[in-house]
Amino acid sequence: MIYRITNNTAPAVALDDIPVVSYAAFYDDLAARLRDERYHVAHYFALPDEAETHLRFFCLLLDDATAEVLLTSFVMDYYAECPLPSLTALHPQLHPFEREIAERWGVRFEGMPWPKPLRFPCDRADRTSTIDNYPFYRMEGRALHEVNVGPIHAGIIEPGAFRFICNGENVLHLEIALGYQHRGTERLMTATDNRLRQVLLAESAAGDSSVAHATAFAEAVEKLTDGAAAAAALAPERAVAIELERMAMQIADTGALCMDTGYQLGQVACEALRTMTINTTQAWGGNRFGKGLIRPAGTDHPLTAEKAAMIRGNAAEIARRYAEVCHDLRTSPSLLARFEQCGIVPRTEMVRIGGVGQAARASGVARDIRTTHPWGLYAGQPGRETITEEEGDVMARLSVRCRETAQAAALIDRLLDGFAPAAPVRPDYDAPLRPASLAFGLVEGWRGETCHVAVTDSAGRIAAYRIKDPSLHNWMALALAVRGEGISDFPICNKSFNLSYCGHDL
Amino acid sequence: MIFPKLKVLRSHGTQYIPDLERVELTEEFRGRPELTETGDRGDLERAARRCPAGALSAAPFALDLGRCMFCGECARMAPRNIRFTNDYRIGSPTREGLVLRPGDTRVAFPEEAVRPEVRRFFGRALQLREVCAGGDASVEMELGATGNVNFDFGRFGVGFTASPRHADGVVVSGPVTRNMAEALEICYDAVPDPRILVACGTEACSGGLYAESRAVDRTFFDRHTPDLWLPGVPTHPMTFIDGMMTLLGRKRRP
Repeated sequence: MIYRITNNTAPAVALDDIPVVSYAAFYDDLAARLRDERYHVAHYFALPDEAETHLRFFCLLLDDATAEVLLTSFVMDYYAECPLPSLTALHPQLHPFEREIAERWGVRFEGMPWPKPLRFPCDRADRTSTIDNYPFYRMEGRALHEVNVGPIHAGIIEPGAFRFICNGENVLHLEIALGYQHRGTERLMTATDNRLRQVLLAESAAGDSSVAHATAFAEAVEKLTDGAAAAAALAPERAVAIELERMAMQIADTGALCMDTGYQLGQVACEALRTMTINTTQAWGGNRFGKGLIRPAGTDHPLTAEKAAMIRGNAAEIARRYAEVCHDLRTSPSLLARFEQCGIVPRTEMVRIGGVGQAARASGVARDIRTTHPWGLYAGQPGRETITEEEGDVMARLSVRCRETAQAAALIDRLLDGFAPAAPVRPDYDAPLRPASLAFGLVEGWRGETCHVAVTDSAGRIAAYRIKDPSLHNWMALALAVRGEGISDFPICNKSFNLSYCGHDL
Repeated sequence: MIFPKLKVLRSHGTQYIPDLERVELTEEFRGRPELTETGDRGDLERAARRCPAGALSAAPFALDLGRCMFCGECARMAPRNIRFTNDYRIGSPTREGLVLRPGDTRVAFPEEAVRPEVRRFFGRALQLREVCAGGDASVEMELGATGNVNFDFGRFGVGFTASPRHADGVVVSGPVTRNMAEALEICYDAVPDPRILVACGTEACSGGLYAESRAVDRTFFDRHTPDLWLPGVPTHPMTFIDGMMTLLGRKRRP
């Protein structure tokens, strides 16, 4: 049996219980399985063993049809010279993982169609590869010109390099080079035993998804400390927190799309609604981005009846007003003319590149961890609707936001109706972790599936911590979306995705 | 077509905060901490060991807001010694001014620490170029919020611009990653003199959680000293507005 089968609510798995197969067996099985859309890889990375003679590669495969999470591994001699046949050549969705492994460890994947640096981490194998010499694809020809944007962008936004190849106004190709935001998060995670410091590092993986990333961390740690009971008691509050974060960012993105089309009424209405949403989060836990709300095995900000009523009332009012804004946007011909049929990512392409989250759902790919691999509160909610659109254009990505905000508000309303506060439990930063084990936190943040994997050593320390932000997959979707569009439509295409640079770069 | 817009307008109402000086944040907001000596170091020592960013020192008892993550854990572990107020006026013209000690009732803003040319040239209009150098997007969103319909910081003639050539200064967020170090230097170099520099967010002030990371290069701050240091994770828009207004001489820190 190639895989150890688990799911998103089971405890940690002993490393010895994860099969070690040959790369040939891994390759053959994954190559066949990924032909079926029900499977996609949530994480795939390599770790040196304690003696640093071998690399053990771990793969987490999700099966959307059965809610299973399939774990497997293979081992490679650290000093082996021969390359591994690339799986990306068959399934492009694996490109970020093979690129990361190649960059970090110097592993060569033969036949890899896109052997480009991923994020220029401080501990990369090839130090001659720097962010100044990223090998952008070039086209020769006098009819074409290149437009370079970045790393610093016009607005108050994170840095990244965009290289357009254009024929006049028409974009033939966009290449996105990231790494400017690399802070060394994963190394810092394992350099400390201070679990409070670790959860803060998780919160900052992507600051606009602090709740999602902190929840993934808490889930992984709780699976390593048998903290399932504590987590269950916190499930409703954690769901409210993550849905509030979702609402805040969907509304913010809607406002940003209005801003970039010069529609000031929509922009300011969304600014005000976003303020109201994040001030609600701040009135709950003291921070507008929910930093501090999610902690392992406990909470510093237990929901009281008063806070629950406040959140419930605010969420309903925000949803009511936001629905008015959405109706206005959908019935404004000037906006529809910009948004419809712009920046299309066809469904087949989205599946091919391994797109996840709301961008994938806008192209008709029904990937949503809350439905396929539910955790926490969502595990008790069968029959949940996954919101999808068909067109894959900017309008579809806007529509998904409008509908998901309504869905989030409805869930908050149900959860907080007659909310009975539980006895508060303080967070636990000291519970010992199961040694020689692997645990993952897999949640649906507002952008999409967020996966944290923790591997402990024989002493019960976290020896490796690997973070996957949904943006890792979806940046390629943006690159595809602008092909064939006028370059002046790039801003609204970019804002319709609103991907994380720091979540990608860590 | 017009009725949906009227509905939005009616629900929107009046959003701008008429007097930014009178803004009070919720009690939950963790702003300026107050430190109290009790003679017993036990709780403080435990809290200092737990502090995720090395901001708290038990002996001598001090809390460095430039490193503080505002997680509030020290206040929970040593409640008789540390209490976070909701005072957002925590910007300082000097790095040392961010270190709070027992008895401090405010973050000081000494007038003599402000370069005279800042007030002479920028007191009435200021354009800033923001550079994110490893920030996690939260500081950047809060800086964007300063110009939104609620805070409307543009009413004081302060705004953000796209080109450093059009700017009077740079606002840095993030710890300064190695991969952004050169871009930051080039951008700052492109701003004509006289110019100001603002470090926005705890990460910019000290590196924050990333201070010891090998992926971070803070030598930019060895070469250029900020005129304004703004702690926060992220810096609240009111902290930025209050800090800028005080720096520009439009208000005074009591």
